[in-house]
Amino acid sequence: MVKDTGVRAPLPPFTDEHADLRASVNRWIGEEISPHVDEWEAAREFPRELYLRAGELGFLGLKYPEALGGQGGDCVHDAVWAEELAAAGASGGVGAGLGAHTGIATPPVFNFGTPEQHERFLRPAIRGEKIGALGITEPGAGSDVAGIRTFARRVSGGYVVNGSKTFITNGVRADFLVCAVKTTEEGGHHGLSFLVLERDMPGYEVSRKLEKMGWHSSDTGELSFTDVEVPAENLLGEENRGFHLIMANFAWERLSMSLAAVGAMRRLIETTVSYALERRAFDRPIGRFQSIRHKVAEMGIKLEASRSLTYQALRLHAAGRNPIREVTMAKLLSQRACLEVADECLQIHGGYGYMREYGIERAVRDARLGPIGGGTDEVMREILGRQMGL
Amino acid sequence: MATATEASAPYSLPPEFIDFRDTIRTIVRERVAPRAAEIDAQAEYPRDIRELFASHDLLGLPFDTDHGGTGTGSLMLNIAIEEVAKACASSALILMIQELGTLPIKLFGTEQQQRRLLPRCATGEQSPAFALSEPDAGSDPGGMRTRAVRDGSDWVIDGAKNWITNLGVADFYIVFCVTDAEAGHSHGISAFVVEADRPGFEVGKLEHKLGIRGSPTGQPVFDAVRVPPENLIGVEGEGFKVAMATLDRSRLGVAAQAVGIAQGATDYAAAYAKERRQFGRPIASFQGIQFKLAEMETRTAAARELLYRACSKIDAGDPDIGKHSAMAKLFASDTAMWVTTEAVQILGGYGYVSEYPVERMMRDAKITQIYEGTNEIQRLVIARSLR
Repeated sequence: MVKDTGVRAPLPPFTDEHADLRASVNRWIGEEISPHVDEWEAAREFPRELYLRAGELGFLGLKYPEALGGQGGDCVHDAVWAEELAAAGASGGVGAGLGAHTGIATPPVFNFGTPEQHERFLRPAIRGEKIGALGITEPGAGSDVAGIRTFARRVSGGYVVNGSKTFITNGVRADFLVCAVKTTEEGGHHGLSFLVLERDMPGYEVSRKLEKMGWHSSDTGELSFTDVEVPAENLLGEENRGFHLIMANFAWERLSMSLAAVGAMRRLIETTVSYALERRAFDRPIGRFQSIRHKVAEMGIKLEASRSLTYQALRLHAAGRNPIREVTMAKLLSQRACLEVADECLQIHGGYGYMREYGIERAVRDARLGPIGGGTDEVMREILGRQMGL
Repeated sequence: MATATEASAPYSLPPEFIDFRDTIRTIVRERVAPRAAEIDAQAEYPRDIRELFASHDLLGLPFDTDHGGTGTGSLMLNIAIEEVAKACASSALILMIQELGTLPIKLFGTEQQQRRLLPRCATGEQSPAFALSEPDAGSDPGGMRTRAVRDGSDWVIDGAKNWITNLGVADFYIVFCVTDAEAGHSHGISAFVVEADRPGFEVGKLEHKLGIRGSPTGQPVFDAVRVPPENLIGVEGEGFKVAMATLDRSRLGVAAQAVGIAQGATDYAAAYAKERRQFGRPIASFQGIQFKLAEMETRTAAARELLYRACSKIDAGDPDIGKHSAMAKLFASDTAMWVTTEAVQILGGYGYVSEYPVERMMRDAKITQIYEGTNEIQRLVIARSLR
């Protein structure tokens, strides 16, 4: 038998470089974010300056080319960022705010944008000077993405946009919104396009900051557009090809949510195991009771199954295989698993878990969005069932 | 063989209970439901709701007619808790604590103590609290450290309690204290009535919580609080028995709260699913949603049966209630947690925002798996009864 030295070489798709990145993200969060989480949760937002700081450290441009101010890495670097944001205790809210910027708002600009759009939106976003948001969901179009009603009417030189969006992460303070609109009367799969809307455009309004169960330190907005004039140079990708862009973006959104769930579970289980070793009842640490040990065992399996499936999907994604099935499975499994693990960890913490100061109740509230955001569990099952021939 | 009481008991609610339930439903729909979101958001104790309950005799539900109560027993009380919890779990706690904080007196108090304290609670003039848990003694209350030492004929209490419902609202607290440090774990404990206006009593720290935010919870502190001998409940040194007998009954209130939360969430999700349209039709027409709702309704109904069964055992004077109340609490609270999680799921993004009630219901449901004996402790109670 080979003796385990405790030092392990990273396994694919991760390399030593990713291990270093993991450590530096972790350190940054531990030093500059975790100590302020309670305050930011209560304030219902984290300071805008955090984007600048993350930009300065290079975290907002990990997968973008150096020529655009990025770090020249790839999606695996971004994967490390997504996982560690959750694992190092940045809170669901901070993770959502920074993650929506790097994971869903800027990728379509990079992937489908012109060089001029890269300069206008991506470069400042990588520096953290402009905050991005992605606008797809509407009051009447949640799971049913093709039901989008926000309409961009063609006029000379551009579009006039009318409609509304809801549940938009970063929606309250985003400087630009990568926004799905219909560009034909019928809309639907062949009539959607993406426009970049800017906060200072007349008629662009934040109608409400939504109060929600969790993710308290991130802002979630409801937006309304009244005759917003958008110039043609803000069209992202091809007109009426927006549905394809939405679908392309979903892959990374779901993968990064899976990675975040893996990170969150790692942290929760670690915290709970140390609690179970410290907390004494009936004259011994509660971790010495079989029922607690067995709960922890079940949680360990949920984490490992989620991690394996997620990393497999990541490997395939990094290899350019467009693994819809694996990403969908990873999202479905990991979000449910994370919610169950968070709830079980709260249960092990008992009365202390229910109180705010231990952060466990927050983890449960934060985890509840997982099976809803980025495509509900029901939509995931629908995609899978169809993929499997039914 | 079934006992005579069991055999003759009708398998349906008496008509007068159904009438009372309907009255409560109306009050809850018109007066409690519209306040629920606000009570949660502002984390305020709803004094108006307590007054409302008092004016409709709901605060008298835990008490016998001799003590100014309705004399309608455990089943009727828990039906009321269930109805209130459908709309507002924090308000349901007002009824639950009425029972939890007075059962020690009802079960073990002297006639004089009962006459002194129970009628005031029944009218709503006074409010009780039950102080058992401590920072290091939750599931294991036998490990408590709060002490009561004799001084002349009085007792002097020192210590602190944890997670006490009704903190700052209650007029008196039932406080469990070690009175014989030599007696060993779970022994040498006694129960006392401690009035909130006694010198040395302090409200202490109030907690921020995941749910039941309209019900204050916290750490009362007892700094050399002096109480007279007539405030000792039951026999000195046998307080652990007082606590356990109380919890055997009061945890049915938790089960009732859980059943109410689950039913409230199921009803809301079902109504929403009929209205909400996606992919060109109401989401209620999708089997994925229909089957979820069917499962939610079934588990809730099963939980209610366990609850009513345990209540009827108490009302019939059956001594074998520990196991039945533990099963009802365990199953109902797990059901409430599961059902509310699914209700949030059915509402999707709307389920996660505070404008709709189901995220609050999910946050409220969690405590039912923890308080008045964690579900792990309920499993222990049930397993032991099988020996």
